[in-house]
Amino acid sequence: MAAIQITDIKKNYSGLKALDGVSLTIEQGEFFGLLGPNGAGKTSLISIIAGLSRADSGRVTVMGHDVVTDYRAARSKLGVVPQELVFDPFFTVRETLRLQSGYFGLKKNDDWIDEVMENLDLTSKADTNTRALSGGMKRRVLVAQALVHKPPVIVLDEPTAGVDVELRQTLWRFISRLNHEGHTVVLTTHYLEEAQALCHRIAMLKQGKVVALDSTAALIRRVSGSQLVVRLSGAPLPQELQLLQLQGSAGYTVFRVNEYTAVEPILSALRQAGCVIEDMQLQQADLEDVFLQIMGGSDK
Amino acid sequence: MMGFQTLFNKEVLRFWKVATQTIMAPVLTAMLYLLIFGHVLESHVQVYPGVRYTAFLIPGLVMMSVLQNAFANTSSSLIQSKITGNLVFVLLTPLSAWELFLGYVLAAVVRGIVVGLGVFVITAWFADLSFVAPIWIAVFALLGAAMLGTMGLIAGIWAEKFDQLAAFQNFLIMPATFLSGVFYSIHSLPPFWHLVSRFNPFFYMIDGYGFFGVSDVSPFTSLAIVAGFSVVLAVIALRMLRSGYKLRH
Repeated sequence: MAAIQITDIKKNYSGLKALDGVSLTIEQGEFFGLLGPNGAGKTSLISIIAGLSRADSGRVTVMGHDVVTDYRAARSKLGVVPQELVFDPFFTVRETLRLQSGYFGLKKNDDWIDEVMENLDLTSKADTNTRALSGGMKRRVLVAQALVHKPPVIVLDEPTAGVDVELRQTLWRFISRLNHEGHTVVLTTHYLEEAQALCHRIAMLKQGKVVALDSTAALIRRVSGSQLVVRLSGAPLPQELQLLQLQGSAGYTVFRVNEYTAVEPILSALRQAGCVIEDMQLQQADLEDVFLQIMGGSDK
Repeated sequence: MMGFQTLFNKEVLRFWKVATQTIMAPVLTAMLYLLIFGHVLESHVQVYPGVRYTAFLIPGLVMMSVLQNAFANTSSSLIQSKITGNLVFVLLTPLSAWELFLGYVLAAVVRGIVVGLGVFVITAWFADLSFVAPIWIAVFALLGAAMLGTMGLIAGIWAEKFDQLAAFQNFLIMPATFLSGVFYSIHSLPPFWHLVSRFNPFFYMIDGYGFFGVSDVSPFTSLAIVAGFSVVLAVIALRMLRSGYKLRH
């Protein structure tokens, strides 16, 4: 049984296709990344999974439960951290977490609430009203609220947007632990280095369609080779190297190198042409390169 | 069951934490009504023989406070949660439409009754009151609070801005309350307005309440009308909650 099964989901907002036939299977125990530019449909898809929005057509199940016809079971298996920084100004952190536990039918949940607060560095703020918290602390409370019922599937919609490094590290340590314990994690983020470090598999959305779906390693392999970045002086770039040149910036010249053995012939050609190498770097391809290539933002 | 209880507790806690605004303020307002209208009209108006105007006014003010505060509780909670976005905490849970409905409406009943009792305790000093029909008083106070709590729920779901909610309150709830016979008996109205009052469901809440044992229509008829109206409103509210109207996109 898949953690989340998405079958041919379509959603229009006032004639705009937010989701255009999205199908995905997220297996149990995966750390899954959902990436795409703003407006690609990530939040629309998460809203449909969470029951905050209704699809025009298609079907979504969470741990085998249909999110529309069997919504109670589906929602009890799901913990969602919404993108918007929202809070209830009437309650303290502990009250907020107790109430959220109660909605899921958990009465005596203080041990787990304490553990969640401890892991998110919220213990010292337990009796503070949520409206008195900083933005980062409010974000931690949102994460804690999504986890109070120990959901087997956790969805985080840009949980680290605009938060400091400390929270990111605290959050990812805890979420990774939960993932190792068997919780499925679905993450959307604009921080591609986070996605690359954490996600086993990634789907990329563009204009409401899945345009890439593969393991993170396989996606990075799509962008073949590395880039040799040099800053030159002394003589113009020889003719034979201009064919290998990619778009450079700020005085740097960039060459695509498929293998390390391709580096020496380039350096040799530069020496023979009288070019002086003032600075040099060999850069590995990463998820950002893949993202830009797939989204059409780069011709690399 | 636990989920509904939690929502109920949360809604009660929500208004209790700001009791100055949600309980004390309406009690003070009702007392001002009593002092001003009672003082001005005491020697000029007698609605029922042998009943001083101040004594007539108090039960109506109590009921008016019950109704208005029950409405205010659900409507303000919903609109605030929608506008600030924290309604998502409830929408993400497995709570059913019934649980949401009961959680919100019963908390509204509690607020309405608490404010009504507050108004009664404060104003009872100003007149000798006798409870001729305590069971009808309790039945219509509870049913009226539930009905207005349901109306507040519908208004809170429907409204997207505070001014839309204010329009609902000012152009529907307020006139219906004031024209229900809180401050007068509808017998003192011209025939046309007397007839119009018969189409106001709020009139039956006040009339059935029959604090002085005097009613224009049978309390059973009033009960049937108020209960019927409440059921219709409950069906509308439940359909809105089930379909996610203006809650789930």
